[in-house]
Formats: sequence, C-alpha cells, structure tokens
Amino acid sequence: MANRLAARFKGRHDSQQYFLVGVAMSAEQKSGITHEGDFYSEEALHEMHDSMLFIRRFEEKAGQLYGLKKIGGFCHLCNGQEAVCVGLNSAADAKDYMMTSYRDHGHILARGTDPTAVMAELLGRAGGVVKGKGGSMHMFDIEKNFAGGNGIVGEQVPIGLGFGFSSWYKEDGRVTICIMGDGGINQGAVYESFNMAALWKLPIVFLVENNQYAMGTSLDRASAETQLYKRGISFKIPGIKIDGMDVLEFDKRMREAIEHARSGKGPMLVEANTYRYRGHSMSDPATYRTRAEVDEWRSGRDPIARLQNQMIAAGLSTEEAFKQKDKDIKKEVAAIAKAAEAQPEPGASELWTDIYSDPIEGAYPETGKVY
Amino acid sequence: MNKITYREALNQAMAEEMTRDDRVFLMGEEVAEYNGAYKVSQGLLDKFGPKRVIDTPITELGFAGLGVGASMTGLRPVVEFMTWNFAILALDQIVNAAAKMKYMSGGQYSCPMVFRGAGGSAARVGAQHSQSLENWIANVPGLKVVMPSNPADAKGLLKASIRDNDTVIFIENEINYGDVGPVPEGEYIIPLGKADIKRVGTDVTIVAHSRMTGFALEAAKILAEQGIEAEVVDPRTIRPLDEDTIVASVVKTNCAVVVEEGWRFAGIGAEISARIMERAFDDLDAPVIRVTGKDVPMPYAANLELMALPSVADIVEAARVACGRA
Ligand SMILES: Cc1ncc(C[n+]2csc(CCOP(=O)(O)OP(=O)(O)O)c2C)c(N)n1
Ligand SMILES: [Mg+2]
Repeated sequence: MANRLAARFKGRHDSQQYFLVGVAMSAEQKSGITHEGDFYSEEALHEMHDSMLFIRRFEEKAGQLYGLKKIGGFCHLCNGQEAVCVGLNSAADAKDYMMTSYRDHGHILARGTDPTAVMAELLGRAGGVVKGKGGSMHMFDIEKNFAGGNGIVGEQVPIGLGFGFSSWYKEDGRVTICIMGDGGINQGAVYESFNMAALWKLPIVFLVENNQYAMGTSLDRASAETQLYKRGISFKIPGIKIDGMDVLEFDKRMREAIEHARSGKGPMLVEANTYRYRGHSMSDPATYRTRAEVDEWRSGRDPIARLQNQMIAAGLSTEEAFKQKDKDIKKEVAAIAKAAEAQPEPGASELWTDIYSDPIEGAYPETGKVY
Repeated sequence: MNKITYREALNQAMAEEMTRDDRVFLMGEEVAEYNGAYKVSQGLLDKFGPKRVIDTPITELGFAGLGVGASMTGLRPVVEFMTWNFAILALDQIVNAAAKMKYMSGGQYSCPMVFRGAGGSAARVGAQHSQSLENWIANVPGLKVVMPSNPADAKGLLKASIRDNDTVIFIENEINYGDVGPVPEGEYIIPLGKADIKRVGTDVTIVAHSRMTGFALEAAKILAEQGIEAEVVDPRTIRPLDEDTIVASVVKTNCAVVVEEGWRFAGIGAEISARIMERAFDDLDAPVIRVTGKDVPMPYAANLELMALPSVADIVEAARVACGRA
C-alpha cells in the first residue's frame, strides 16, 4: 500500500504505449476522452488523476507536519503544479534521467519513489530516501534515475548537461529531463549549458516550471524576455510553451519534446505555464500577489478539478466517486505519515558516513576532539 | 540606549549611510519589494526609491560583477547575497576581480564596496544552506572580512564597512538576526580590525566570532560557577585580525580555546592558534585547543545536526582542559 504510486508508475513505464490509446490500443478500448486526436484509456486517466491528488494531499500533510515543527528548515510545496510532475513522468521513460531544484517532493513521488521514504526524509528519519541527511530540498533516488533535489538555484542545469553528455557518449538512448524554475533560468550557467547542449546535440529536455514567481519576484520583474521558451533561440534550441495546468496536454507535448531529444536532434526547451498555490516556502506569507490572482488559478485552472470534470463529462466517474477517492487518499497519506514518524532518527554514526568512498587517513577523530 | 534587533541594527546602518552618501546603493535578490528575505532591508525601498534599492534576478555572478564595476567608477555598492552559500557562484568576481583590482591596476582602480549577507549554519536546512565559509574568503589578500556577533557591533561595523575604501566581506548570522541588544543611535562607528573583549577573565582565553561569541559567553557563565574565569575575545574583524588583543589576553591567562562554527581544516581557529603560538609560545601553559564544527557536511536530521555543531558544553570542556582543570 505504501508503495502504491510506485507500482502505478512501474506498470506504465514497463509498457510505454499502454495508455496512449491512439498509439497502442484499439478503437473499442477508447475511453471517449480525446485530446487532439489521442485517446487515453480509462485506467490511465484514473492513474493520472489519483497521482495528482496523491501529490496534493501529500504536500498538504507535509505542510501540516511543518506547522507542528516535525519537519524543519526550508520546505517548498508544489500544490498547483501537480500536472507537470505527473504529465512529465507519464511522458518519460523509467530509464530517463531527471533532476530538479529544491521543490522536489512532487517530482520524486511521480517518479515512483516510495512515498513513505519521502515522508521519512522530510521528518529526518533513518528510512528517508537519503537516510535523513538531506531533508525536503535534497531528495535523490538513483534507482529511479532521479538526481535531486538541488538547493542552489540553477545548479542542476549544468549537472543535467553532464547526464545528457553521458548518454550521448554511451549511446544509451536515455533522455535527461532537467527541470528549473522561472527564476533559475536567469543563472548564467544555464546559457553555458544551452550552448554546449545544442553544440553537441545532447539528448536533453530543459523544462522550465514557470510558476510565475521566484520567491517574491514576479516573472516580469526578473526577465527581460518573459516568453521563456524563446530563451534558447540564439542557441538554436527549439522551444515550446505548454499549459502546465492540463495534465493531458502536458503529457502529449512533453512526449514530443522527449522524442525530439531521443531521436538525436538535440535539446529542446519546454516552458510549462503553471502556478504554485502556496507561498515560496513555509515561511513566505506571499503578500506580493493578490488573493484574486491565486483564486483565478485555483478555481479556474486547477489541474485536478479539470481532469475530474473531463472524466465526469465522459461518464468515467462521478463526483461521489471522486470524493470517496479523496477520502481514501487522505487516509493513505495519513498512514504513510504515521509510519514515517514511527521510524527512528538516523544512528549517530551516520554523521560520518557518505563523505568519502573510503575513510581517509589523517581525518579528524569522530569526536572532533584532539585533546 | 535603544534596544533593537541585530536585523534592525543592520537596517539602521544602511539607512544612515544611504542618507549620508548618495553614492551608496543596495542591490540583491528580494531586497526591495519583499523587504529582504530576512527583512534586513525592511522599508529601504520606501525611503530611498527603486533607483537605490534594487531587486535583481537570481544571477549572483552577474550582479556581483556589476557591483565591482560600479565601485570602480565611483559608486559605493552594497551587494546583498541572500546567504553566503549563494555567493559561491560569485566568487570569481569577489576573489579574482574585487580583491585584486587595486593591485592589478597598479593602484589606479579600487573597489570600495560591501558584499554582505547571512552566513554560518542555519536551522535544519542541510548541507548546501548551512556552512561557514569565512576562512575561504579571509585567505585572500585584498579583502577585509567582518563578522559581527551582536546588534551594536552589527551597526557600528556595517557603517565602517560601507565607508571603507576597500572591498569588505560582511558576514551576518541568520540565527542572530532576531537577537536584541542596546545599540547607540546615529553616528556609531566601530573601526575595522579591532577585537572586543566581551568578558574579562583571568583563567582562560576563549576566542570566538559571530554566533560562537554568544556560545562562548554562555560557556563562561558555566565556567564561572565552577570557579574558572574565562576571558571572551571577539575578533569582530577576521581580516585584518587584531592579533594584539588576542595575544595580550593569552599572555594574561596563559591558555586559550579558539571556537568556530566552521570546519576545522585550515579554519579560522587554525590561523588564530598559529598566531598565538608564534607570538605567545612562552606564555602558553598548554596547547591551544580548537572547538569547531565537525568535519562533515551539515546533515538535515535534527539529532545529527546537533552533533555536527559545536556546543556550549564542548567549549566548557575544552576550556577546562586548556587551563588544566578537567
Ligand atoms: C544561487 C541561489 N541564489 C538564491 C537562492 C535562494 N532562493 C531559493 S529559491 C529562490 C527562487 C527560485 O525561484 P524559481 O527558480 O522560479 O523556482 P520556484 O521556487 O518558483 O520553483 C531563491 C532566490 C538559492 N537557493 N540559490
Ligand atoms: Mg518560480
């Protein structure tokens, strides 16, 4: 049960085409929901919906636990951005590499990492994805090809360049999806990376999660060119802008971008238009934007409500069924939090592990005392 | 004397200097409309307008260089890094440009400016957001490094730093921002390069800077209860270092503990103990003891984080060992 999301995504990744009905399924299996000519199976739609809802409820629980001081430090939630996390992971292969910033809970969950391990990490427990050493900002899962969880804005972009280079070098057919924010895209190293990625035609999709703000700075106060998908033009990197509040649209267009990169044509730049409902981190009251603006996105464009409405209209589910589903997911998340909380803190000796491959000679004694 | 926070003291220093000298401007991420990520620049945009209090994109290397260029042409930039962890992206401009410009240009150009922001460990923010880097920067000739430990010092030292004709690296402490203390109003300048004896004592010298000064004072209280009078010396300026004050204290107490939050390897404590050895070897009754952060990246888990940082108890123990009363 704890690993529900992982199981869900595993199935999907094992047979890539099983839910893009337009590609792999017969006309009889069509769910009835079409998206620009593609058909999704009923099962796939439920999975996408449940995954987004799971991420939302997980983040709410994280927020609660932060309020109770059980989670500490910086904690950045992704409420509102779930369609990007889920659409991206349905479009990508399990073998593809992914890395992002500190706003990483939704991405690693969508990637299929055990949610109890993610929650345990937030709580600083021994069973956390990185043994309680990283916390909210530093989620890693090498088995899922998820390389962080990076706390320095823009840092993951040249790292993603290196992952892409490695795939080019090894000809392993993987694509790297390197995620950054609308603020992060202004770092100089991003452009150094764009140039090299294009120069050597590396298999990378640079994905900008444009949630309209970098902390308290709105896009137009930080960027001379606010159409961020155009930022690759002078490097000859094709760019597209996708509605990041529509999981079906995002999935479909992201597939195209990944295919472009996988086929050897070089990198692509994707801008996902999205919105974060909560403050930048738990300590941000978000007074720099109006209530009306938040409401407009929340009630007018919410990715979960949107898919629910589509599914209800297609006769695939009902409002009552979704309410029940929500209750179930909330229960599941509560159980996950409880299980994670019950774990012990990391053992004291963990302080000294994972620094070098082998203990180095002449290191200071573990007590730190030389007297 | 007014009691205000460390954060307000820094704010006052900037406001006063910006009023006094219209070449002074403040630039950084979230400094203007958001009033600072840690609210240090609260109200400055309202007071001085968007030409002098400027929000930048997240481009540390770029705006650090902007500051260098502006200082070379007569302005007096105060460049804020949200934290010093992010200044690592700007180190080229700080180390290769600001620090060396005067020398490389044979004295023609100089970079009178302040790079400031929060440094040291914060609470539960993990390896990339919780570290002390003052020893990296203090290693570079051409830079001055200032680290205030209380509100009054914060004000007096920042005003002096803004007026200084060289590049000053001003490292604040995030956990100290809310500390309250008496701060003189108006013109209050503390010259750079002057240590301060925060507590007078005869039995052991404890040298500690930034947040560790508070820890040392706590330790001194406990030691006093045990009949040991510790002298707490706060260098306040790491470079230039007030060697005379430190050495004079050691000559009096004949033993010393040097405390720093950062890593031991090539740390500030290594520098200070070497200087004590060079100048006061014959006055020492015991080797100088360093109390430092553990030699590991900062972990997130609460229990591990606590173990990684120096504690008051560590300082008490080290002091007792140093003065032969363990
Ligand atoms: C190099 C660096 N500078 C500053 C910060 C502080 N900081 C953390 S997040 C952030 C805003 C980033 O915004 P964006 O890239 O849009 O991502 P979002 O938080 O919206 O997902 C800033 C300035 C940092 N972590 N790293
Ligand atoms: Mg953003």
